[in-house]
Amino acid sequence: MQSKKKIRVLIAKPGLDSHDRGAKVVARALRDAGMEVIYTGLRQTPEQIVETALQEDVDVIGLSILSGAHKTLFPRIMELLKRKGLTDVMVFAGGIIPEEDIAELKKIGIKEIFGPGTPTERIIDYVRKNIQE
Amino acid sequence: MSKNDEIVKGVLAGDRRSIAKAITIVENNTTETQKLIAAIYPHTGKAHIIGLTGPGGSGKSTLIEKIAHEFRKQGKTVGIVAVDPTSPFTGGAFLGDRIRMQELSADEGVFIRSMATRNYAGGIAKATKDAVKILDAASKDVIIVETVGAGQSEVEVIKVAQTIVVIHAPGLGDDIQAIKAGLMEIADIFVVNKADRENADRAVIDIQTMLQLSNTEKAWRPPVLKTVALTGDGVPQLMETLEKHRNFLLKESQLERGMERAEAELLEAIKEKITDTILDELKVNRKFEELLKQILERKIDPASAAEKLLNKKFRMRR
Repeated sequence: MQSKKKIRVLIAKPGLDSHDRGAKVVARALRDAGMEVIYTGLRQTPEQIVETALQEDVDVIGLSILSGAHKTLFPRIMELLKRKGLTDVMVFAGGIIPEEDIAELKKIGIKEIFGPGTPTERIIDYVRKNIQE
Repeated sequence: MSKNDEIVKGVLAGDRRSIAKAITIVENNTTETQKLIAAIYPHTGKAHIIGLTGPGGSGKSTLIEKIAHEFRKQGKTVGIVAVDPTSPFTGGAFLGDRIRMQELSADEGVFIRSMATRNYAGGIAKATKDAVKILDAASKDVIIVETVGAGQSEVEVIKVAQTIVVIHAPGLGDDIQAIKAGLMEIADIFVVNKADRENADRAVIDIQTMLQLSNTEKAWRPPVLKTVALTGDGVPQLMETLEKHRNFLLKESQLERGMERAEAELLEAIKEKITDTILDELKVNRKFEELLKQILERKIDPASAAEKLLNKKFRMRR
């Protein structure tokens, strides 16, 4: 019997956040949407996140950050992804990210930013639309 | 060079991206899968494959982090396949074993892959066996397979691993649980984890008593060890025992075990091919739809319907 390709998603928490409620809500929603979700746990370095994405061969990375360090950590992650040849992996982000930083983050390759209060359906739809199953 | 050839070349060279891509291919069970395994198979058979199984929450992932760390200290490279369940309702999965293995994630000598069961029964995924072959071909010295949180009959891991560690935690059951068939029979090594808790010695005694009830004299008697995975207590003894079992396997009956394994794998492959071929044919048969309807209307039972379909195809006689 042929099995179907599954969307594999890495939900990652870069930096020194102390809680991961939002990341878990998103992970759970994507799981319930039929995707395979790998969760890194708290306090990951960009190196750990990119290496995990590589080993797990994910289609999508969702970065969750609350600490305000996104302007330091996100560019580092995007650079490492490029260096390791993972340019086909779609990256989205969420958490506490000020409006005025969004344009800059999109410029370095983060495809979409989902702020607090985003319905999980929107994230699911976005991932599905951008990844062919 | 085709994409597949490139991946094979990468796997044999130990390239991590290629290993990851190869595992995705076997997971998705595409037409490429068989070609890939055929190409790497001659390069397998070198690794020590360890299976870790036991109930959810007993500390499998945490213990694996500690074991892998010790193997790394000995200069060995490590591959880990960590299996978690797929939802029977949505097909999705939450793969969280890595959370307990964070110390390993920056080490290039360790390759960790999380794998969903995709509703394969028995505590592992269908692709686990092939993923192990890929890591073996990529020259990992030790490969550790972590099953889903296993109940009593999730014992498929014996088809994949050479050394089986069954891990328990205190307070999960009494001596009656210990005597039951299934999981308790497959262990080469028993570990009672969380041994700093109350009743740890009770759990050890229950398992030991169960082992003494057995009449059959075995060349390898499964030892019962105590560990505290969080602190690393008891891990050195576990490492010694793993090594001892490895040496035992190398000396004793290796050929015999290998033959058994090869036969089981061959039979399984034959069954799968037969089933796939026949099912593909039968499903396009008009009779199939017709009988399906009759089953729904309770005019025929599924077993008789199957017989009818197959009789027509093979002229089977009872």
